Amino acid sequence: MSDDKTETLKKLPLDSWHRSLGARMVPFAGYEMPVQYEGVMAEHLWTRENAGLFDVSHMGQVQLMGEGVAEALEAIVPGNISALGAGKIRYTLLLAQDGGILDDLMVTNTGRNLYLVVNGATKHDDIAYFKAQLPDHVTLDHMEDQALLALQGPKAGEALAKLEIGPMQPDWPVPTDLYFMEAGPFMWGDIPLGISRSGYTGEDGFEISVPAEHAEKLAAALCALDEVKPIGLGARDSLRLEAGLPLYGHDMDADILPVEANLNFALSKARREQGNFGGADRVLAQYPNKAGKKRVGLFVNGRQPIREGAVVVDTDGNSIGAVTSGGFSPTLQKPIAMAYVPMALSDTGTEIIVEQRGKPIACTVADMPFVPHNYHRKPKL
Amino acid sequence: MSRYFTDEHEWVDVEGDTATVGITDYAQEQLGDIVFVETPEVGASLEQGDDAAVVESVKAASDVYAAVSGEVVEVNEALEEEPALVNSSAEEDGWFFRVTLSDKSELDDLMDEKAYKAFVDQL
Repeated sequence: MSDDKTETLKKLPLDSWHRSLGARMVPFAGYEMPVQYEGVMAEHLWTRENAGLFDVSHMGQVQLMGEGVAEALEAIVPGNISALGAGKIRYTLLLAQDGGILDDLMVTNTGRNLYLVVNGATKHDDIAYFKAQLPDHVTLDHMEDQALLALQGPKAGEALAKLEIGPMQPDWPVPTDLYFMEAGPFMWGDIPLGISRSGYTGEDGFEISVPAEHAEKLAAALCALDEVKPIGLGARDSLRLEAGLPLYGHDMDADILPVEANLNFALSKARREQGNFGGADRVLAQYPNKAGKKRVGLFVNGRQPIREGAVVVDTDGNSIGAVTSGGFSPTLQKPIAMAYVPMALSDTGTEIIVEQRGKPIACTVADMPFVPHNYHRKPKL
Repeated sequence: MSRYFTDEHEWVDVEGDTATVGITDYAQEQLGDIVFVETPEVGASLEQGDDAAVVESVKAASDVYAAVSGEVVEVNEALEEEPALVNSSAEEDGWFFRVTLSDKSELDDLMDEKAYKAFVDQL
């Protein structure tokens, strides 16, 4: 995470709206952001049962344009971007020349260009890296005048339908026609919205890119619905942890390779065969299971949560790994965590010891996601 | 019985030589949903300012310091089963531990209820 203390904190477009709803604001990724409204536990459970509205405007929205833009992006990400159909989204990784993970990102083929959503804490570094690595004829637009809202939860579709958001063209789909990892342009009255069926909570849901000047109107209209409440960063973190989703700067960083991070699914077959992406030699040398360590899920035996920074130890007390995210699962009512452990200890059911504040705590390697995903997937034909 | 407060948001009830320690309602409100409390061992000897307990919310762990020096004579075992007692009754049923005071003069440095309220109001 970036050092928030030394820089001036920026305000989100919805800053005053969050405060008017009683949000507690904290520094995160260079912004003052709402960490909670009524409480993390209640907000978390609300999202799992209804729909929560998250302000993720701190994240970077970037458009890449120009001839051959997909092939140009493929030089630095391992995802199969040139095969991505119009209106489809792919999760991929921005890789350094040595294969270390610089960021994780969503790439959408809008049909005319590529639309990227990158992490808030890394967006300025990402943009500098894109500018340095992409050919000159690819132009980059950092869409700083757009806010980004995430509506997440099993009632997200039902709620969004009530806003009567229309298609951009009469014969185009409406937002609820989208399946998981699909996106399109829409109109809400005379306000243009870019909507994708995606998110980072494990639930069905949408991410909505809206001009910042209209963000408050949209957020208020959504939160006026019975199904929707505003949800803070605290619950966003516990939701994504239950969903087994890694968080950049915590569960992965520039010292971690994709296979170690258990992100093999982001290394598409065609790209593995071509091998022409950032750090491919080093990345592929670990594929599919030749890394020395692996990101795994942990159940904690007992009720005490283990946190980022706790150390995985062997029977002699030597450090052999680290916890990178940890907390209490409101859905399961017990502590869960993610950690890097030696490959030999990465199988589900393996018992390991984590040391926290000098105290050994027994844990068991667990399957992820901890809570099943509830995505609105396209039915298989 | 007299009640004292620290600027770390603990309260101390003193009855004879025994002090009961917990965190204030303001502190539990700041911490949010409490899911685990690690209390000190009975028999442990605490110096004022030592780490005495850990309170875990959904998201983060927070240290609780020893408001006064003394030997731990009892811990609130109810917190093991029901840590949320700290949220629902921070200044009564959600107490953390009891000590036998080793230096009653330490109480002179603590705030009374009125002073603590004024302290919280300016935060």
